[in-house]
Amino acid sequence: MARSFSVKRLPGFGAIALLTFAMLYLPIVILVVYSFNAGSSQSNWEGLSLRWYQAALSNEQVQEVSIRSLWLAATASGVATVLATLAALGTTRVSRFPGQTMIYALINQPLMVPEIVTGIALLIFVAFLKVNTGYAGMGYMVAAHTAFCIPFAYLPIRARLETLDSTLETAASDLYANPVQAFRHITLPLMVPGIIAGFMLGFVISLDTVVITEFVKSAGQETLPTYMLGQLRRVVTPEMNAIATLFLALSILIVTAFFLITRKRG
Amino acid sequence: MDRDKHGWKWLLSAPALLVLIAAASGPLVIVGVYSFLSPGTMGGVSWVFSTEAWLRVFMARDIFDPEVLSWNAAHLTIFWRSIWLSLQTTLICAALGFPTAWFIATRPPSSRTLWLFLITIPFWTNLLIRTFAIQELIRNSGTINSLLLWAGLIDQPIQMLFTDFAVLLGMAYVFLPLMVLPLFAAMDKLDFRLVEAGYDLYASRLQVLWHVIIPMVKPGFIAGSILVFIPAIGAYVTPRILGGGRTMMMGNLIGLQFGQGQNWPLGAALSMLLLIIVVGALVFYLRVVNREEDTRRG
Repeated sequence: MARSFSVKRLPGFGAIALLTFAMLYLPIVILVVYSFNAGSSQSNWEGLSLRWYQAALSNEQVQEVSIRSLWLAATASGVATVLATLAALGTTRVSRFPGQTMIYALINQPLMVPEIVTGIALLIFVAFLKVNTGYAGMGYMVAAHTAFCIPFAYLPIRARLETLDSTLETAASDLYANPVQAFRHITLPLMVPGIIAGFMLGFVISLDTVVITEFVKSAGQETLPTYMLGQLRRVVTPEMNAIATLFLALSILIVTAFFLITRKRG
Repeated sequence: MDRDKHGWKWLLSAPALLVLIAAASGPLVIVGVYSFLSPGTMGGVSWVFSTEAWLRVFMARDIFDPEVLSWNAAHLTIFWRSIWLSLQTTLICAALGFPTAWFIATRPPSSRTLWLFLITIPFWTNLLIRTFAIQELIRNSGTINSLLLWAGLIDQPIQMLFTDFAVLLGMAYVFLPLMVLPLFAAMDKLDFRLVEAGYDLYASRLQVLWHVIIPMVKPGFIAGSILVFIPAIGAYVTPRILGGGRTMMMGNLIGLQFGQGQNWPLGAALSMLLLIIVVGALVFYLRVVNREEDTRRG
């Protein structure tokens, strides 16, 4: 039987698309495969081994920077999610008010400005504060990451809020719920998927942020990405592949969960 | 709707705005100020007004006679490379992204989600790790060279790392999802009856592609191009790892002024220049979008 004519078919497009997908995943697959190499090369396969995972997991520096990265991501994204939730409540489902564009511009600003510019801007500002206050702790990093996470946390929360049926809240107030009760028992529970999604996006973004961290960090505040960036200057062993693979696995896990949470309601 | 009585509601955004002003927008203003100061001896600045940094962005002073100015060839080369590589990256992403987005958009709904997910995964995974994966691939002792050597196609490794090609490859690789996603969004809304009408009127595949499909997904192209171009022009990690010291981009030149270079005002002026390019690209984008909408409304 002759192939029926499909208006959706464009010759060659399928092949290019599949090739693109292959090119997108092949480098990552190779990276993962060599993390299991018994030898210390990334191009000579010398048999299957978990030695590089052992090396990575027992490397005290890797442990230290990983814990710092996870702590930073949880803190920054946690704070950013609370702030973004408030901001979403303040800017969604309201009539237009003066300054609205300004607020949107401020919230989305970290998305527009190149990370290197934000990075050196913070370096300058933090250097000034350090000299004048004497404080050199993690506070700067938390603030920098929080600001960077806000637009990412804001997006899914706002999207969720926009789809909320406002008649539910009207019904609550018809049943004599005061605004606080209506928010506590109706609006907030309905917002939860958006809030979780926002936290997860912020968490992944903070975990990935390397340029801003590189310029803001003080001595002893290395995170996993800046540690990796420093190591890449040398000749690396498959230990780096093992670290990268574990890191990737965590990211993919979070993104998959995010995808499932935001899909369900769609 | 009695929404108007909640005029105070915007105050809920105040805490977020405060953090953003303190740790994102405010510091940018300081960068602007610093670009008009004089460099300090060990990094930092001395509070003396000067336009020297802005001059040094484009010009170089003669070593023997500081009054003699000439174009700063090193800087101009880096600016040109940044713009040229970013444009090429955008083109490559568009060339590969269009068929990919089309492929995803024409899958049955059940598998479409999966393909879309496969594009989203790299989008959210660490850029540093993806750049590292490319580095491993193209190193002199990397996967590609080992394969070619093993197959006897070459006698000695091809130098790919630390070239413009490496930076281009890396950027196209890491930014590709940014092109596919908006293109897919545009194609998802495509009215296939119009495509069918084109074929009914005896148009060839190429004619339908050129006169029907591409004009309709143009907003996706424009959005994707701006989403790729902006991070590309401001790239720091990818050129640093794949380009090394010889193929720097603007981001690396800026970073250098706060490291070995120790010329903060120059770094600040270069950052402002990069910001101006990005804002210029955004303004251009908004104008194109508005013009498109105007023509659509007729």
